[in-house]
Amino acid sequence: MSENFAAFAYLVSGVLFIMALRGLSHPTTSRQGNAYGMAGMAIAIVTTLLLAKPSFGGFAMIVAGLAIGGGAGAYIARKIPMTSMPQLVAGFHSLVGMAAVLVAAAALYAPHAFDIGEVGAIHAQALIEMSLGVAIGAITFTGSIIAFLKLDGRMSGKPIMLPMRHAINAALLIGIILLIAVLVASESYTVFWLIVVLSLVLGVLLIVPIGGADMPVVVSMLNSYSGWAAAGIGFTLGNLALIITGALVGSSGAILSYIMCKGMNRSFISVILGGFGGEEAAAGGDDIDRSVKLGSADDAAFLMANASKVIIVPGYGMAVAQAQHATRELADSLKEQGVEVKYAIHPVAGRMPGHMNVLLAEANVPYDEVFELEDINSEFAQADVAYVIGANDVTNPAARDDKSSPIYGMPILDVDKARTCLFVKRSLGSGYAGIDNTLFYKDSTMMLLGDAKKMTDDIVKAMEH
Amino acid sequence: MSESLLDTALDNLEQAVIAVRTAAETAGPAGDGVAAAVHAASGGAIDPFVFRLAIFVLAIFVGYYVVWSVTPALHTPLMAVTNAISSVIVVGALLAVGASLSGWATGFGFVALVLASVNIFGGFLVTQRMLAMYKKKEK
Repeated sequence: MSENFAAFAYLVSGVLFIMALRGLSHPTTSRQGNAYGMAGMAIAIVTTLLLAKPSFGGFAMIVAGLAIGGGAGAYIARKIPMTSMPQLVAGFHSLVGMAAVLVAAAALYAPHAFDIGEVGAIHAQALIEMSLGVAIGAITFTGSIIAFLKLDGRMSGKPIMLPMRHAINAALLIGIILLIAVLVASESYTVFWLIVVLSLVLGVLLIVPIGGADMPVVVSMLNSYSGWAAAGIGFTLGNLALIITGALVGSSGAILSYIMCKGMNRSFISVILGGFGGEEAAAGGDDIDRSVKLGSADDAAFLMANASKVIIVPGYGMAVAQAQHATRELADSLKEQGVEVKYAIHPVAGRMPGHMNVLLAEANVPYDEVFELEDINSEFAQADVAYVIGANDVTNPAARDDKSSPIYGMPILDVDKARTCLFVKRSLGSGYAGIDNTLFYKDSTMMLLGDAKKMTDDIVKAMEH
Repeated sequence: MSESLLDTALDNLEQAVIAVRTAAETAGPAGDGVAAAVHAASGGAIDPFVFRLAIFVLAIFVGYYVVWSVTPALHTPLMAVTNAISSVIVVGALLAVGASLSGWATGFGFVALVLASVNIFGGFLVTQRMLAMYKKKEK
């Protein structure tokens, strides 16, 4: 296959990847979009095989590698529960990061296979592109592993604040840049691996101080990084599919990070600097003289069955309690009694963008009953009941009314404007941001203390009587 | 007389074919896809890097507009699918393994190939699984 034809084929697969993302603009076109993505990947792989013309041994190794990796990937994709999607995506990002590092290493050790010069005489430009890809790839690798451990609960979501961490990070970054300059001049393998090691350390240090509540931003940010790493390697190899894909993924992750930051009214810089969230801070001392209204499942069932409109507000707690199916059953029995049911989703509900939508879809909730914040917020005033299950900070009226609150300015769901707000919660502690929710003490709020799934099941049972 | 003329003509043709073939072969390894073709056409005045950079920058803009049009309900599948397509880095791994150099480069390439394949299959299949769950209200 001629090089020109191969470049054309890579361009085609790049265009198919664009169409894959384009398909996601609507659920009905999304499945076709995914098929475009698969086709693009198949074209890229076949083209590369025709171009590389591997020997029999090489071909056998390629088939073995694809089978091992593909088998593992397919198994994971089939078995993973939908609630674990954030940690799965974080884990997958780490693989892209590591693959970028290894491909660059292979290119350094065997430059002629990639047409970038000979050992000892690799083009300077290829070395710069390669080392940028390597540095970002290594940061993505360890950063994503830390994010994975935090999301999977194998590591505390609390921010770990090292002393002088900004100075250490800045020093590491300068060190990496200097080493890249040395690598370009010397092409030394030792320097290459030093860049890798420093970047791996930097990846850990960057993510460790970021708390659990900021994870949606972190996951999106690492998504972006994995794209830039791929683009760096794409420049080294002069591969159009990789360059286009890297740009797409990089900008996609950046946009998602921006949306998440806006959903929390926080600047990207302050998220990166870390230290926010993760603590279940002790409730303030002035709580004692404020009373909350507690309710039972029977009270909730009565209120909802007599309502004409109920809006359900799910949050991360619903995912933790695996209560999405119970919630759908509740909505079903309400609809049987002629109650109008809608779902309201805050942009940062859950641990990754769109997390709640996937869980509700898994529980067979039709997507046209699920609304984003800006589309449904005005409807709370006409709703009889707002059923808050597992969400907390995103409903805190202090973000709207109290200028001294640390979350002031964050867009919230106006559940306090509903006639009654039913708030399912394990205990009266504060949320991830460590901020007391003034909603709890309002006369129109009824607290339902207990496990989200059990409480919802009990309400469904009470309604059937 | 005419026979010898024909012979000479055939000889010339053969030589021409050989010349073209050598030319193509020498030009082959120097070729570097579209960028090099344009590079040659422009008389070598513009580095192929500039063309790659142009494609990169334009792709960022395409990505920007395409991703903003993605519905927020599908942001999780978006992350899964971008993750899957970024494993197109597998082309680098395939080149390293396919060149059957043995030694370090092949080893690195093979591990990269396995990691990227986990991502390709895992990413696309989990996206497919998620997207299959999004249903419209039954009417």
